[in-house]
Amino acid sequence: MSTLTDDTLPVTPQAMRDEMIVFAGMAVLLGLVPLTGIYPFFVMQALCFALLACAFNLLVGYGGLLSFGHAMFLGTAGYCSAHALKVWGVTPEVGILVGVAGAAALSVVTGFISIRRQGIYFSMITLALSQLLYFIYLQAPFTHGEDGIQGIPQGYLFGIFNLSKPTVLYYVVLAGFLGGFLLIFRTINSPFGEVLKSIRENEQRAISLGYKTDNYKLLAFILSGTIAGFAGSLKVFVAQNASLTDVHWTMSGEIVLMTLVGGLGTVFGPVVGAFVIIAMQQYLAGFGQWVTVIQGVIFVACVLTFRRGIIGEIAHYFRRSL
Amino acid sequence: MQALYAQLLVGLINGSFYALLSLGLAVIFGMLNIINFAHGALYMMGAFCAYFLLHLTGIGYWWALIIAPIVVGIFGMILERTMLQWLAGLDHLYGLLLTFGIALIVQGVFQNYFGSSGLPYAIPDYPEVGGFRGLQGGMNLGFMFLPIYRGWVVVFSLVVCLATWFLIEKTRLGANLRAATENPTLVRAFGINVPRMITLTYGLGVGLAALAGVLSAPINQVRPLMGADLIIVVFAVVVIGGMGSIMGSIITGFALGVIEGLTKYFYPEASNTVVFVLMVLVLLVKPTGLTGRAA
Repeated sequence: MSTLTDDTLPVTPQAMRDEMIVFAGMAVLLGLVPLTGIYPFFVMQALCFALLACAFNLLVGYGGLLSFGHAMFLGTAGYCSAHALKVWGVTPEVGILVGVAGAAALSVVTGFISIRRQGIYFSMITLALSQLLYFIYLQAPFTHGEDGIQGIPQGYLFGIFNLSKPTVLYYVVLAGFLGGFLLIFRTINSPFGEVLKSIRENEQRAISLGYKTDNYKLLAFILSGTIAGFAGSLKVFVAQNASLTDVHWTMSGEIVLMTLVGGLGTVFGPVVGAFVIIAMQQYLAGFGQWVTVIQGVIFVACVLTFRRGIIGEIAHYFRRSL
Repeated sequence: MQALYAQLLVGLINGSFYALLSLGLAVIFGMLNIINFAHGALYMMGAFCAYFLLHLTGIGYWWALIIAPIVVGIFGMILERTMLQWLAGLDHLYGLLLTFGIALIVQGVFQNYFGSSGLPYAIPDYPEVGGFRGLQGGMNLGFMFLPIYRGWVVVFSLVVCLATWFLIEKTRLGANLRAATENPTLVRAFGINVPRMITLTYGLGVGLAALAGVLSAPINQVRPLMGADLIIVVFAVVVIGGMGSIMGSIITGFALGVIEGLTKYFYPEASNTVVFVLMVLVLLVKPTGLTGRAA
């Protein structure tokens, strides 16, 4: 049975160097964005989703666990940060911390429950858990139901950076994205990441080698959920609201789609996929529900003909790991 | 007490839909190794099919009950022949992603033309039998008032579920099917056309979903997203029951419907979430599901 990412190349010093070069190129390019006159809001939004997709990819691409409920971390962190910022009036750094802590706590609980089953059942369980959370948020008073939490103050990060200035906010979000990305990159290439990949390839054998695979999967789940939460907290400063759309299953589907388009189990695929999908939504916003149809068509086309995704195909062509 | 019985009845009706849908999911998973995310969209198509039949051609409920599952079943078999069959041998998760994409397409197209609001579908008022006009109206059972249509849905769904169980567990066709689930290569060597059987199985599972859609049309109205949230609950039902046993799916479906109905009466705030909470509890106590074998 071939797994989701059946032709990953071994990690070599060469591959690591390639990836570091691409990373540096990406960081420089993204750093130049405010000078080009591209609408920064679009790029900031895409960066938040890129980090989210990378966190999701850590779980599915390297652990083989396809979560269909990753929106719950995005939404939970968003609500926690938004509530702390608006109602408690905390500073931005504390707001982010509250959001990340909320997502981390959630990922401990949901991870403990969902890793009890594998494969398709894992996907269905994470989807059901996120739907459970959706209904809780729909009824809980602090989320303000359908209205969401709106008009969130941006404030001064560390008392110096004025987040209401688009350029400052852009670099803060970029720094957050690059930091999260490096953390994931480091995890993938660590001994922990290697064990994770071995579980993906053959869990029984990993168990027979003495690894307590449940612990590894749980830790990967918590790490993924927490970083996804960090992306959700950053997004609060960009969008200045937290709403039910961020917890809905359609959002979880979009996260899956971004990663699939970019390339499951590739380092940079989720980033490219997030930019492609966010750009598509931006340009096709006038077409109403046809956007959903187009997303569905992309899903079908990717699964049937383009399973490696954009970066996966490029990497396969050059025989490089990207 | 009246309210309690009424909620129990609503629970039984929802349970009928859970049972019909999870049954179809289990049958499809057995043969294709695919979790059919498009099941909710196809359920919706069944309801729309009944609506179109009535409003475009004047064909009423009773014929729709037969025609809609066949039409949607054929649509499903086309999907299987053109797309799903190419996933054989790949990771199960690709099937989930592909059918999710199909669900988005189908639901998106219907949303474009019909928005998100519900279209009414009347309870059939024919044939007239002894003072009753079709399935309209109700009767007083002494302890509660029973709307006839609702009673019909529960009884008819139960009959269809048991017939499906009988087909798969007790007939020669079902025996071939179960054998092909265990070892398709060997069954093919005996001269049985397994790919055709797979296609027909998908058609059967999809047809059951469409049938549930027609049954629900007069109760829940016909909406493009009527299956979208339902399918997630059905997934939770499947996780609770496990997909190993046909009878298990039927019993779990009805039981969870009833529990949901009781929750609506005793603690309405939790009625949306009770199935998911039960799923969590079952996972903590018996991770393989109530009837499931170790996967």
